[in-house]
Parts: sequence; structure tokens; C-alpha cells
Amino acid sequence: MDLDRAGLLSLYRTMVTIRRFEERGIPETGQRRMSASVHSSAGQEAVPTGICAHLTDQDYIASTHRGHGHCIAKGVDPKLMMAELFGRSTGPNKGKGGSMHIADMSKGMLGTNGVVAASVPLAVGAALTSKLKKLGRVAVAFFGDGGSNQGVLHESMNLASVWKLPVIFCCENNGYAESTPVEYALSTANVADRAAGYGMPGFHVDGMDVFAVYEAAGQAVARARAGEGPSLLECRTYRYYGHTVFDNPLTYRTKEEEAYWRARDPLKLFRERVVPEGLVSAQELDGIDRQVEQQMDEAIKFADASPLPDPPQLYEDVYVSYPKDMMKRGANMEV
Amino acid sequence: MTTTTSVPMSPVNVARQIRYRDAINEALRQEMERDENVIVMGEDIAGAAGREHLGFIDSWGGAFRTTQGLIQQFGNQRVLDTPLSEAAFVGAAIGASSTGMRAVAELMFVDFVGVCLDQLINNAAKMRYMFGGQVKVPFTLLTRIGAGFGSAAQHSESFYSIFSHMPGLKGVVPSDPYTAKGLLIASIRDDDPVVYFEHKGLYGDTGPVPEEPYALPLGKARTVRQGSDVTLVGISRMTWVCVEAAQELAKAGINAQVVDLLSVSPIDYDHIVDSVRRTHRLVVVDEDTPVCSLASDICARVAEEAFDYLDAPPSRVTAPHTPVPYSRPLENTYLPNAARVVKTVQGLFRSGR
Repeated sequence: MDLDRAGLLSLYRTMVTIRRFEERGIPETGQRRMSASVHSSAGQEAVPTGICAHLTDQDYIASTHRGHGHCIAKGVDPKLMMAELFGRSTGPNKGKGGSMHIADMSKGMLGTNGVVAASVPLAVGAALTSKLKKLGRVAVAFFGDGGSNQGVLHESMNLASVWKLPVIFCCENNGYAESTPVEYALSTANVADRAAGYGMPGFHVDGMDVFAVYEAAGQAVARARAGEGPSLLECRTYRYYGHTVFDNPLTYRTKEEEAYWRARDPLKLFRERVVPEGLVSAQELDGIDRQVEQQMDEAIKFADASPLPDPPQLYEDVYVSYPKDMMKRGANMEV
Repeated sequence: MTTTTSVPMSPVNVARQIRYRDAINEALRQEMERDENVIVMGEDIAGAAGREHLGFIDSWGGAFRTTQGLIQQFGNQRVLDTPLSEAAFVGAAIGASSTGMRAVAELMFVDFVGVCLDQLINNAAKMRYMFGGQVKVPFTLLTRIGAGFGSAAQHSESFYSIFSHMPGLKGVVPSDPYTAKGLLIASIRDDDPVVYFEHKGLYGDTGPVPEEPYALPLGKARTVRQGSDVTLVGISRMTWVCVEAAQELAKAGINAQVVDLLSVSPIDYDHIVDSVRRTHRLVVVDEDTPVCSLASDICARVAEEAFDYLDAPPSRVTAPHTPVPYSRPLENTYLPNAARVVKTVQGLFRSGR
């Protein structure tokens, strides 16, 4: 393992930040009656953390509806993300995107996306840019087990393979597409098996173990950077909560199953691995927990103190250039 | 409410005549020469991809030869033949355009848009807005419209209206070689996603085209025939159907003004409303089907903004609400023609109007 102490602590901090952002930010958003369409990635923290640890701000990721973890792991400021969830003009998307569209181009974050697997070809395109301009950047396309059955993903894997693009197709297999179990919807034993159909290596790893993800992602990213083409990396993981806040997952899964996965919690596995080996101390990790808690307090405070967007903002940023009056011509708008 | 700029009828003092098809090819070539970020991708746009050991043989040069010769000049990294997977390559073109390229993707026929529409409406059109203005998507989609060639229901549609309907997209419908070149250059240079609709029935038409690169304004119509009694609005090839009808109407003493729409988003409502305020009558001639169409939209706009000037109901001559048929007599009946336009206009001049 090529991770030093700072690297280990950084992995842990990222995972805790994701966990606490989900567990505090989502209920706080609900209390402000801001959104119905928020998807928690709690339980899945090891996946974006292990992958994005290999990336810089210049590399690209394209994300999903369950994308807060991808944003945080790619370096998007949780304070700004909280503002976006609260619909504030200080959010990275100025309150126009919300949870399902958070983007930060300065971090190579090409957006969470509300349409399953729709962001995948965007990552392919970003990888094409990198290849044509010889930038040495890679692009990660995140999708779930549900997304693994979308046609656009298959077209994109074929295209990236044919063009030898630096893409990592990362399937976060959390076992459920909304309420539909993966073993029902998937024609193969594993999503990674499908890599063979597109002439690329497939990795199937324990997505609760950040070290397993980190290890496999390292190979896939190295292959991409070397110009050898794409890889498919399937990470078996679990979402702790429902599809959205309105979903009771116990209508389609059991308490025993949930307990099994919670016993393999990525934060817990991390501690059990690094503390006994003496790589970092439990106190240091506890200290990170407290810092992240405080960071969340501050993020919520910042978001609450931020202004809501002015109604005329409605008409801005539809285009780079377009006749201004056209946005409301004939609509009998009040502003 | 005045139109300050509009597209001129034709270039001044240009002797060189080229075809519509060649005007498209020249625009692509000149933009690729100007900006190395311009890349073109699509199915068989070069042809014989992967057989480079034979040289860049350019076996097809596009289904309608509009991209012929580009691969020899720019190579196979900028002229990219794709697998048959529109969702992936249109999406990739959008992703490339949002990260520093100026990608042009070709969708062979607009009828095929269903397989990649998600990328166009949920990514290309919305990314800038959803992201709070953080991104520009200077992406151009080349596609084709037009019936009249016995290609039947899945290779003949003209549905530009679905793109006009989508905030975030622009669209152009060039009607001759001059506008084909100038609007394609403008589309590629524009920082928003633009859908460029080539009409299959115009590829062989010739007209004066300047050799040097030039951009015509997006969102501007032009008047191709002056008149005082009725405004005929044509879209793409229908502009020339309007001109033919205007010549017939002139024999009957009706002087028709013909407006060539040129852009389907933004729509140059001002140009049309201005014209109708002077002529007091409107007929929109649209090869698309009539329900929720561009023709209906233009009529609604004129009814709202020029109601007091109208001497007759804003009217439409369009395709029927059917798919495009195959057999010649059916397809000929389907397409709007000058006779239908003449009859419709004459109806607006009956007593009581």
C-alpha cells in the first residue's frame, strides 16, 4: 500500500465528511422544505474516496443522482454543497441545480445527474478532450447497478474501448435500482463480467473496503493514464437508507441484510485495519470525527445565512447569448 | 419592435456559384482550419475507419458527401468515424465541448434523434443552466430533414419543432448555399449548443457563396421577396415553395412578401410581426406536421402581438398529422406545395375577411 499517514487520514476524512454530510445535510434540507429528490450515499463512502484519491483537480468525474459522495471526494466544498441543497445563491450552481445537478468545473466535477447513466458519455467526451489535447487527464464515469443496464452505458463502453480513451467506468453496485434487486435485473453474475464484451479489464471489488477500491482504482487509473484505454471497476457496496427520503427500504429488504452490511461499515473497516497496525491512532480518527461535525455545523450555518436567489435569476444562464426577452416572451410572467 | 439586423438576401458581387452540399463542406473545412478545437464525428463521415493502412481513403465522406475530403486534410483524430451508437457519441461530443473542444456531431437523419434525445435535452440543453452558468457547451449537431425522396416514415421527417421547444438549444434551417455556409460557421463559433438542419432536397442547389469564411447571425430571418398584401413565412425548403406561390399570386394581383425563417431558435418573431403589421395577413408554410408546431407557434405569436393589424386569421400550410408515406402519390400529397399555398392565401382575400 502506497499510502502514507497523511494519505490514510485524508481517506478517512473524506469518508467521514461524506457520511456526515448525508446524515446531517439531508434531514436539514428536508426541514427547510427544499427538496424531495435527495439521495443519500451513506454506506457507499469507500467507493468515491478510494477512486478520487488517485485523481487531481484536472481529472474529470461524471456522477449520478446519488452523487454527494462523488462531489466531496473530488474536492467540492461541502459548505457550498449545503448551500446548493438549501437552494441558496451561494451554491456552486447558484441554487439552480440542487442535489441532482451539483457541478464544479474548477474541480473537474461534471455534475451529478438526474437521469440514470446519462452522465456516462460526458465522461467519455471529457476523456476524448484529454486524449486529443494530450492533457494526460483521466475521466471517471460513476453509475449504479441500475445504470449498468442502460443502453447508453454499453454504447459508451464500446466507444471508449474503440477509441482507447482514458475512462474508468465505475459501477457502484449497491444492490438495488430503487427497489429492484440487482440479482433480478442483471443478466450476468457481476457487472464486471460485462467488461469482456467491450475488450477492457473488469475489476470486482469489495466496495466497503476503501483499500480494495483504492488498489483496483490505482490499476485502472494507471492503465488510463498510460493510454491503454478504459476499465470497468465494479464496487459491491450498500446504501444505508432508502432510494430517497420517502422510501422505506424494509419494504424490499430485511433488517438482517441491513445489519450484515452495517457490520461491514467502511468507516469501521478502516479503523479495524489501520488502528491495530499502528498506522494511525483511534484518537486521531476521533479528532477528525469532531472536526467534520464542526464543519457540518458551519456548513449549515453558512447555507442558512446565504441569500436565496432573486427571481429574475430565473432567466439567467439558459444560454451564453440569446435575446433576453425571448425567455419570457408570451409567457405573461410577473418578473 | 423593429428589426435592426437581418440576413441579406444574397452576398454582394459574388460570382462563384457552389452547391448547398459544398457550402456545408467548405464551412466545416474553414472552421477546422481556423480552430484546432473543432472536431467532427459521426457515422461514415469519412468511411472505412480502421483501414488507415490503405491511406485515408474517405470511402463515404458522409452519407450525403458533406464531410468528404476532411479526413485527408485533418486526419483521423479530428475527423472521427463512430460506431453506430448515437447516444454515446452525441453525449461524448457534448462532454468534449464542455471541456474545451468545439465538437460537431452528425446525426444522419433527424428521425434517429430518439436514440440520443436524452443527451440533447437533458445534458446539452440544460447543463449551463443547471450548473449555474459554470459551463459553456459549444456543440453543433448536424442533422437532416426533408421528405420527397421515397425514403418513407423513418428517414424523412422535419421535426425541428422539438428542438425549438427546448430552452438551452438553438437551431438553424439554412435554405440555400449562402445561408448554409454562413449559418454553419456561426453555429460552430457559437458558445451554445446549436442544431443545424440540412434539407436533403437542397443539396444540389447552387448559389453565390463567398470563398472567405463568414458568419451569418443566428436568430435572424430574412426577406427574400418584398410584398405588401400577405406575409408568407417559409422554413428551409418551404421558403422556395413560398416564392413559387408568390409568383403565382402576383398573376392574380396579390403581392406576397416572403420571409425565410433561417433560425428555429431563437425565432425572429420581430421580423415576422413587423412584416404582418404592413401586410395584415400571415401564412406560415412548414414541412413539419401541424400540431404543436413552429407554424402554430408563429401564428399564436402574431395573433398576440399584431392582432389589431390582422385582416384575416393567421393561417398555416403544413404536412398533415401523419407519418411520411412511401408511395409517390401519397408523398406528393403529404408535402406542402405552391398550389396549396396559393389556395390558402386566396381564401384570406374572400369577401368578409
